[in-house]
Amino acid sequence: MTPVPDTDLAVAASGLVKTFDDFRAVDGIDLEVRRGEVFGVLGPNGAGKTTTLKMLATLLPMDGGEASIFGVDVRRHPHMIRQLVGVTGQYASVDENLTGSENLWLFGRLQGLSSARAKVIAKDLLERFGLAEARDKQIKTFSGGMRRRLDLAASLISQPPLIFLDEPTTGLDPRTRGQMWETIRELIRDGSTVLLTTQYLDEADQLADRIAVIDRGIKVAEGTPDELKTSVGSSTLQLRMSDPDETVGAADVVRRVLGEAPVLTPEAGGMNAALTDANQAADVLIALRQSGLSIASATVQKPTLDEVFMAITGHSAEDETHEPQMEASR
Amino acid sequence: MSTTLLPDHETTQVLDRTVVTRPSLRDTLDQSLAMAWRALKKMRRNPEQWFDVTLQPLLFTAMFAYIFGGAISGSVQEYLPIVITGILAQTALTASMATGIQLREDMDKGVFDRFKSLPIARIAPLVGPAIADLARYATAATLTILTGLLMGYRPGGGVPGVLAGWLLTIIAGWSLAWIFTYLGTRARSAQAVQGISMMIMFPLTFLSNAFVPADTLPGWLEAFVKVNPVSLVISAVRDLMNDGMVTANVGWALLGCAVIVAVFLPLSVRSYSRKM
Repeated sequence: MTPVPDTDLAVAASGLVKTFDDFRAVDGIDLEVRRGEVFGVLGPNGAGKTTTLKMLATLLPMDGGEASIFGVDVRRHPHMIRQLVGVTGQYASVDENLTGSENLWLFGRLQGLSSARAKVIAKDLLERFGLAEARDKQIKTFSGGMRRRLDLAASLISQPPLIFLDEPTTGLDPRTRGQMWETIRELIRDGSTVLLTTQYLDEADQLADRIAVIDRGIKVAEGTPDELKTSVGSSTLQLRMSDPDETVGAADVVRRVLGEAPVLTPEAGGMNAALTDANQAADVLIALRQSGLSIASATVQKPTLDEVFMAITGHSAEDETHEPQMEASR
Repeated sequence: MSTTLLPDHETTQVLDRTVVTRPSLRDTLDQSLAMAWRALKKMRRNPEQWFDVTLQPLLFTAMFAYIFGGAISGSVQEYLPIVITGILAQTALTASMATGIQLREDMDKGVFDRFKSLPIARIAPLVGPAIADLARYATAATLTILTGLLMGYRPGGGVPGVLAGWLLTIIAGWSLAWIFTYLGTRARSAQAVQGISMMIMFPLTFLSNAFVPADTLPGWLEAFVKVNPVSLVISAVRDLMNDGMVTANVGWALLGCAVIVAVFLPLSVRSYSRKM
C-alpha cells in the first residue's frame, strides 16, 4: 500500500454523518485531535458522542464524511486502525466468565503476544491498576469501578498510540470517579493521545486540553476549558429571598453589584446570577444585607453542563427528548 | 469478509510501529484458538451448557426405544440399530443449534465490543466457539452410543465401525452448526435464533429416516426424506456402525457437510462483519 503520510494530527475527521433510519445521530461533525493532547467531546445523552467515537473506532460504518487516524484512512483500512486505537467503552467490554488475568491474557493473545509475554503484561497491568488482589476472581464479582479499570487496562495491552475513552466515569460514585481520573491522568503523563467523551463539564475540565461541545449531532463549540467557562461565567450564585415580594428589589441590587441582571427562577423569590469570580458572591450578599433584604438561601455553584448548554445553544441539555436507541445499544 | 482469509498481508509504518493491512493466516489461526480457549473456559464455568448434550441423549434414547420399538420394528431390541443412529443425528443437530443460540447471546455482551475493536480476523470469534463445541458433539455422541450399548445395542460394525460413525456424527454436528451460526449473526435476539432454529430442526429430524424406515412414508414425503442432509448422515452412520461398511452414503454425507460449510461459513463471516 502507499506509505502513510506524516501528520501531526492523531485524528482528522470532517463531515462525519451517521443516520439511524431517518434520525441523523451525527450530522456533519469535524474533529481534529493533535498528537499528544487530550481532547474531550462534551455533550448530553444522545448528542452523538458515542456514535462518533464508534465510527472512528471502526465499530460502526460511516454514512458520510472522511476520517483518518495518524494519516490512515478509517474507511479503507479498518484493520490498521484497530492496531492504532485502544477503545474503552461506556459499558465495560470484558468477559464476565473469565478472571481479571484471564481477560487480559486473552486480549494479549488475540493481539499476537506469546502466552508468556501476555501473562507478564497482564500481571503488570493488574498491579498498575490496583486490581492485583482480584487477579483470580471472575469479573461477575467485580464492582463497577473495578470493571472500568480492568476495561481501561485491557485497551492498553498493545500500548496503542491513541486511546478512546467513552464516558469513562458515567455511573460511578464520586470516590471511584476520582480514582478513575487519577488513572487517566497517569496515562496522559505517559504521552498518550486521548479522545474522551463525557457528559460532565468538570470531567472535561479536569482532563482535557481542548473540548468540542456536541449537541444533537452537531458541533456547537470548541475551545479550551477556560474559553468555554468564560462564556458562562466561572460560577453561579443561586439566591432565594425570604419574602417573594422583595424579589424585584433584590434583582436590582444584584444587577447593581454584578453589572448584569440575574435570571429569575420559577420558584417564588428565586434567582440565578452568573459570577466571573466566586468572591463576588460576598459582595452581593453584603449589598443585600445593607438594603435590608432577607435571603432564605444562597449557594454558589460551578457552572454545570446545563449552563454551558444554555449559554451556547440557548436550550437546556436536559430537554433532549429524542435520545436515539443506538446510542445505548451495542 | 472472506478477504481476511487471504495469506498475503502487507505491512506499513505508522508513527514508530509496524502495522499490517490484514491478519495473516497464522494470526487468524492463533486468534481462533484463543477464542476456542475462551469458549471452553466458559463451558467449564457454566455447567448448564452441558444439559442438552448429557441429559438429552440418555432420556431420548430410552424414551424413543421403548415407545416406538415395538410398533416400528416388532421389538425394542430390533429397533435399537435404527433409533441409536437416529438419535445420534438428532443430538448432534440440537447441540449444533445451541451453538447458534449461544453465539447470539454472547454477541450481545460487552466483551464482543472489544473483540470488534481489536485487530483480529473477523472469522476468529465465530470459528473459536465452533472448535470448542467439538467437545459438546463428542460428549453427545459418546453418551448416546453408551446408552445404546447398555440397553443391548450390539453394532455389527464393531469398534472401527462405531468409531467411524461417532466421528461422522461429530463432523456432521460441526458442519450443521454453521447454519445456526449464520442465523445467530442475522437474528435480532437469542430467542429469535431459538425460534427459527426449532422450525428448522424439527422438520430436519422428523422428516428424515431417523426413527422410521423411509419406505413406509407416502411418496412425496419419501422424496424429501431422501434428500434431507440429516438422512444422508444417518444412512452413512448406519452403514458404518451397523454394517462396518464405507458406502457411497458416507461420501454423500461428507459432501453434504462440505457444501453446508462452504455456503454458511462465508455467509456467517460476512454477516458478522456487517453487524458493526
